[in-house]
Amino acid sequence: MNAIAFKTIGIGVTFSPNLEANINEAARFALCFGSKLVLIHVGEASEEKSKTFLKFLSPFKSKNLDYEVLFKSGDPVDVILSSAQEKKVDLLIIGALKKENFLKYYLGSIARKITRQANCSVLLLINPSIERVPCKHIVVNGLKDPKTKEAVTTAFLVGHKLGVDKVTVVEEIDQDEVSVNVDDDKSLRKSTIIKERLRVREEARVKKILNTIPPDFTKDMVIKSQPIFGKRGYSIGHYAQVARADLLVMNAPAKMTFWDRVFPHDIEYILTELPTDVLIVQ
Amino acid sequence: MKTKETSFRGFIKDLPKNMFSGLVVSLIALPLGLGLAMASEAPPIAGVITAIVGGIIVSVLGGSFVTISGPGNGLVGVVLVAITTLGLSATYAAIICSGIILVILGFLRLGKLADYFPSSAIQGMLAAIGLIILGKQFHIMLANKIVRANGIDYLIEIPNTLFTVINFQDKGLIYAALAGILSLGIMVFYSKIRNKYLQLIPAPMWIVIVSVGFSYYYEMILKMPNPISGNYMIPAIPNIQAIITDIPTPNFEMVGTLPFWSSVVALTLIASIESLLSIKAVDKLDVRKRRSNVNKDIKALGLATVFSGFLGGLNVVTVIARSSVNVNNGGSNRSSNLFHALFLVVFILLFSTELTRIPLTALMAILVYTGYKLASPDVVRRIFTIGKEQLIIFFATLFVTLKVGLISGIVAGLFATFIIHIVITKSLSLFLKNILKPNVLMFKEENGSYFVSVKHFCSFLNFNMLKDKLEAIPEQSDVIVDFSLCGFVDHSVMENIHDYQELFHKKGGNIGVIGLDILGTKSEHPFALRRLLPLQNIISDNKTKRQKSLELIANDFELTYKPLKRRNAEFLEDFIYFKTKKVEHIFNQLSAKNDPCRLFDITFSEGEFIAKEVVRSTMLYIKTPKNVPAFTLDREGLLERLYVLAGYKDIAIKGHADFSKRFYLRGENTKEIRTLFTDELVRFFESNAYYHIESNKDGLLIFNKERVASIKEIKALLDFGIRLNKILTQV
Repeated sequence: MNAIAFKTIGIGVTFSPNLEANINEAARFALCFGSKLVLIHVGEASEEKSKTFLKFLSPFKSKNLDYEVLFKSGDPVDVILSSAQEKKVDLLIIGALKKENFLKYYLGSIARKITRQANCSVLLLINPSIERVPCKHIVVNGLKDPKTKEAVTTAFLVGHKLGVDKVTVVEEIDQDEVSVNVDDDKSLRKSTIIKERLRVREEARVKKILNTIPPDFTKDMVIKSQPIFGKRGYSIGHYAQVARADLLVMNAPAKMTFWDRVFPHDIEYILTELPTDVLIVQ
Repeated sequence: MKTKETSFRGFIKDLPKNMFSGLVVSLIALPLGLGLAMASEAPPIAGVITAIVGGIIVSVLGGSFVTISGPGNGLVGVVLVAITTLGLSATYAAIICSGIILVILGFLRLGKLADYFPSSAIQGMLAAIGLIILGKQFHIMLANKIVRANGIDYLIEIPNTLFTVINFQDKGLIYAALAGILSLGIMVFYSKIRNKYLQLIPAPMWIVIVSVGFSYYYEMILKMPNPISGNYMIPAIPNIQAIITDIPTPNFEMVGTLPFWSSVVALTLIASIESLLSIKAVDKLDVRKRRSNVNKDIKALGLATVFSGFLGGLNVVTVIARSSVNVNNGGSNRSSNLFHALFLVVFILLFSTELTRIPLTALMAILVYTGYKLASPDVVRRIFTIGKEQLIIFFATLFVTLKVGLISGIVAGLFATFIIHIVITKSLSLFLKNILKPNVLMFKEENGSYFVSVKHFCSFLNFNMLKDKLEAIPEQSDVIVDFSLCGFVDHSVMENIHDYQELFHKKGGNIGVIGLDILGTKSEHPFALRRLLPLQNIISDNKTKRQKSLELIANDFELTYKPLKRRNAEFLEDFIYFKTKKVEHIFNQLSAKNDPCRLFDITFSEGEFIAKEVVRSTMLYIKTPKNVPAFTLDREGLLERLYVLAGYKDIAIKGHADFSKRFYLRGENTKEIRTLFTDELVRFFESNAYYHIESNKDGLLIFNKERVASIKEIKALLDFGIRLNKILTQV
């Protein structure tokens, strides 16, 4: 884990009603981490466009924000991904769309493609706002996975920088690991015992990871670990929603294949129903 | 190892009790088995064979505890169709096939099949089955056998039959019709008369006894032939040798045809639905609150069905009415099911010729009554209070079942429900997009309680996901079910959640449901809304005469009178008397602050599902001053002496031989009970009227008869209670 997590933060910008909010969120993030902000716009450069971007960025200029605006035409997905690679972007910020009349958020098809193919970490914002909304509770996955350690560390780093009060590490335990089906009182007792055992095991594993986190990051924070028995990927999103988390931190998925989209799992669930802001750590 | 030994000893100790309840159950199973088989146009003995095979196999291999298996009401319609289209021997083949499918379903853990059907559709289907039974048998009951094409036609013919019966000229037919009417009367009024001696023998057996007695009366005393027309008597029952030599060979020739498989599917579907509903209902009645292993039971029922089919019997299902009787008579484990089967074997061995003395009309009266129970107006009324749209589902299922058939009926019910859900939510995508998503999250919070959150929608389509999670929670825990992320919750789910709430409550846990209020206001949610609003009491000022008298008594004894219904009567739950009964509410309460006595009318129910009987009674509750041991005191009669034979203990009080002889005293802690029953207390009991008195350590429950008491009786009861309380405080 690199100590300065995100050196360069990228954001794709288009002229939508959310533009100001998106830029504000990205700029705040960049300031918070002391990183450089790259605005990527898909399309021809023009005076007018630059002016609008600068207008929205001006309040942050005084706070010494280091930024760059990039204009490039072409296929949006390709442009954003290639520019991100070119500029060595560590974190790509993408705004989600809100369904009309519903309190549900979803990713547009472009955003979804970018998320799947990006080589850097991705932050999906469900409700970008112009004013700062404090982030209080982070939920991070504690899957048994080599990438988990990094995800957890990043969660604590981000939490430390944003001043969150509480971090919950969620261990999703696959129902299949509880090898007993509940049929009657006896099997119920058995499955309860097995679950308790799995719980203890998972909590011990998470504790190990937590011990490696620099103590600075965990200062003034409530740390909770919560085992959940359920479908991987899906239940953590559900939990984040129930626990009213402000940010969900997830591992980047292993390589996606065609079948992963047909039979969604892990991150794909979250992409179809964004429960809250999601940070996917690469 | 030790627990195993003690459970074995417990099993042996409970054996006499189970034998007794097995006997009582077999008394119903015999006439009912004959009747159900005849209603399905199978040979009468087929029903008894079903019960015997079912009782033996399911009691050995089954996964439930106090259920009784045998031929089911629900299957009458299906078997009837199968026999008329396929013929008897091919029907046996279909029965065997459906048994095999049931076994497979059990192994695939699909015993929960019935969970996928909306409850109003199931109600509609059951009502249709009830009407099919009632419609067809009603004519036979009145000695006017007719043959019509489908269920509705039989119902339409009912007025005609009534008219024909009034104009009967043939004496034999008149007697036959009278026997039917009399038997129906016995069925209807049996549950209303709560006399423990009368209740010892189930109503169907009374019918058998009365009709066999009638036949002997003519033969032995009047030396005349039985006046009931021979056409309306039970055809000859083969004796045991004949049964064994005449075992029919199932005919598998039609295995390649569509009607065969549609019969198999219908048999399997109805058998599994009926069994499942019954198992669920019986689990609610179980005194020991055990959880049945549904899949294991389905496997056993399937296997029993296969054997039954080969031996000339019908589908074996779990039956609610007989199971309820089993629980009420002290059945505590599967051995009662076995005993019921063994007693049936004994009956067939000894009395198979006597059974031909029973008029067919009398037997059909039993079926008409069961049919009526399935389709009673109460069911419609209850569904109406839940919501008008439920009524649409109910009637859609009912009519299609009657007009076309069972499978079409249940499919129509499914579609009706789904379409209504779409219309109510105005969204098809809500269901289509989310149906396969694992929409339920359950986790254990730090304080040990469970949190269950449901997303998107929750209806009969995906209730199994919620059910799986709820099943996996130990019932002693506190659970919160949160529907606030849910756009739609249907009636089937609410009903099932309610069942779980009851189950958890019984075992010391608790389920709280939250998030429905948001739903109700935001989407004008009909089911949730109706379920949440407590039933409004429409008791106005006009009190009945009895209520006015109660007010006067209240003034006399310086008590306050509250006529309104009260639903939470938790102080009654610990009493042994209520172990197999469910308190609905108490009303007409006489009580006072700081007074330990409380007199009230109570409504409680016995049995579940279609075997549910609602009883009203008047009782007195006294909060006892200090720890009085738990005991039950009753007048000792013939029945109590029988109980002693069946393994219940009667505690004798030294030096009071008369008291010990006249009273039946029961309880766990013999020593404490003996110290409580001082000379003074014993003398008090000896010199006063008999009451049923029960202590649950916290309080005493006193009542006389299982009916609402008259004003005079109430005064006597109150007076008795007050004096008893005085003595108890002195002891």
